[in-house]
Amino acid sequence: MTTSAAIASHETLACPHPAPERCALPHPTVTSRAGISGFPSPAEDYAGRTLDLNERLIKRPAATFFMTVAGDSMEGYGIYPGDTLVVDRSIDARPGHIVVALVEGEVVVKRYELIGQRPYLCSGNAMYPPVAIFDLECQVWGVVRSVIHEYAV
Amino acid sequence: MIGLVDCNNFYASCERVFDPRLEGRPLGVMSNNDGCVIARSNELKALGIEMGTPVFQLQQLVREGRIHLLSSNYELYGDMSTRVREVLEEFSAGVEPYSIDEMFVRFDGFDRNSMLTLSRTLHRNVRKFTGIPVCVGVAPTRTLAKLANRAAKKRPEFKGVCVLEPEDVGTQRLLEDTPLSDVWGVGRRLVERLALQGMRTAWDLRQADPQAIRQRYSVVLERTVLELRGTPCLEMNDVDEARQRIMTSRSFGRMTGELSELQDAIRQHAQRGAEKLRQQGSLTRAVMIFLKSNRHRPDLPQYSPSTIVELTAPTSDTRDILAAAREGLESIFLRGYRFMKAGVMLLDLVDQPREQLSLLDNEEDIARRERSRQLMATLDTMNQKMGRGTVRLGVARPDAAWQLRCAHRSARYTTRWQELKQLR
Repeated sequence: MTTSAAIASHETLACPHPAPERCALPHPTVTSRAGISGFPSPAEDYAGRTLDLNERLIKRPAATFFMTVAGDSMEGYGIYPGDTLVVDRSIDARPGHIVVALVEGEVVVKRYELIGQRPYLCSGNAMYPPVAIFDLECQVWGVVRSVIHEYAV
Repeated sequence: MIGLVDCNNFYASCERVFDPRLEGRPLGVMSNNDGCVIARSNELKALGIEMGTPVFQLQQLVREGRIHLLSSNYELYGDMSTRVREVLEEFSAGVEPYSIDEMFVRFDGFDRNSMLTLSRTLHRNVRKFTGIPVCVGVAPTRTLAKLANRAAKKRPEFKGVCVLEPEDVGTQRLLEDTPLSDVWGVGRRLVERLALQGMRTAWDLRQADPQAIRQRYSVVLERTVLELRGTPCLEMNDVDEARQRIMTSRSFGRMTGELSELQDAIRQHAQRGAEKLRQQGSLTRAVMIFLKSNRHRPDLPQYSPSTIVELTAPTSDTRDILAAAREGLESIFLRGYRFMKAGVMLLDLVDQPREQLSLLDNEEDIARRERSRQLMATLDTMNQKMGRGTVRLGVARPDAAWQLRCAHRSARYTTRWQELKQLR
């Protein structure tokens, strides 16, 4: 990797976007010691296994984009301002999905639902009524796979 | 069979993925330092605005809101290009970038009858997964794949996908409609010479006697004739067309995970690229560096990164290009992977004289440029006389880069946490 000096002077120039680096959670090291009875430890098979959030949250990297939530329209669905959305374009949107949609030039996050056989984009906030999309110019941009909510710590 | 996948108006399309309001509007992307137009949407082309138009000439239109100009956002374009490549790699192990927005895809071993269905899936998936619209041309040879791609792009009835079989009637008609200047590897001068012999279309050239063509012109043109007939005989780097990009890459004899070895390879490619650049009298504005791990070794961890480094000003100076290439390599290199290929691509080339348009130049810059020109000319002469690689640059010039002007750059939506798209 670049030295820190190089990063500083080329901050505006360099554009590193490597494949997600393996960034696994720390995990207890399993020492495979035979038990008192002489049986091998059952933990042995799991030695070296780590948990990678990328692997869990991202099914198709080429089609996955991160986006940020601004505004309170989705709070009823547990999506708050500042949250990071993991958006996957490779999924076909079905009713019930939280989607990123293009509505008349705006990019929004909403829940896609059928109400009486007709498609709507619904907010998770009583202040914003469902938007009927059958007579609007509307397109699904991608489907939200997960929401990352970070606490101030 | 081999496919050529070409992204439509790539830079403009990248911008539109994240800003749908730009859809349908005349959109241009400016060179670094916002000097001139380097990429145009169809709507901007329709207004008659040429490639390379200086931005100051367009200010009125911008103020009136009739056109939209954005600074180049290479970080975004590079990332989107990688995504397109990754989607293609789900279909084929042999994806070769030809430029930032064009990729060859090998379909060896696929059933020929299923080519059209496969190509349509490819066409749809790239669009759906990445948001980038592409055209797909498939044929038994690269030269025909290029032509197929062109047809897919220009003729609405193909709906973005064209599969050419050399012996089809449709292929003949297409070749008859294709002027020689649109054939891969046939430059302007060749077009003129061939016209003297009565050859005007791709079909005329295809009907020519390959051996006579070799004697009269070159082995390369003979290969083009054979390729038009459906016999593959060109590799990617064989064609010497007037290029808008220069690509130098090679597979290693054996895989390597050593940074120093990769640096050597990248340095060689960058120097070779810079030489080609000067030969054709062009300057480059950005350098793309890529590495490929070995797809045929699923037992090894896979990592095929790429990155783009912008140059502060258009240049053909080997030292600038080397510095950028080296910086790019360092930013994507990760220990623990073994690579089988490395390459350097010079992007967004301009003709030499255009650099004079820079309004920011002072006398010092001009003097520096003249010194650089002389040094490079000497270097090229020596290498020509005494063999390639006689004089080489080992150490890149540490360049204290001043800030690039990029006042109208869109957010780097895919590579910076602080710049993600905001949704309501």
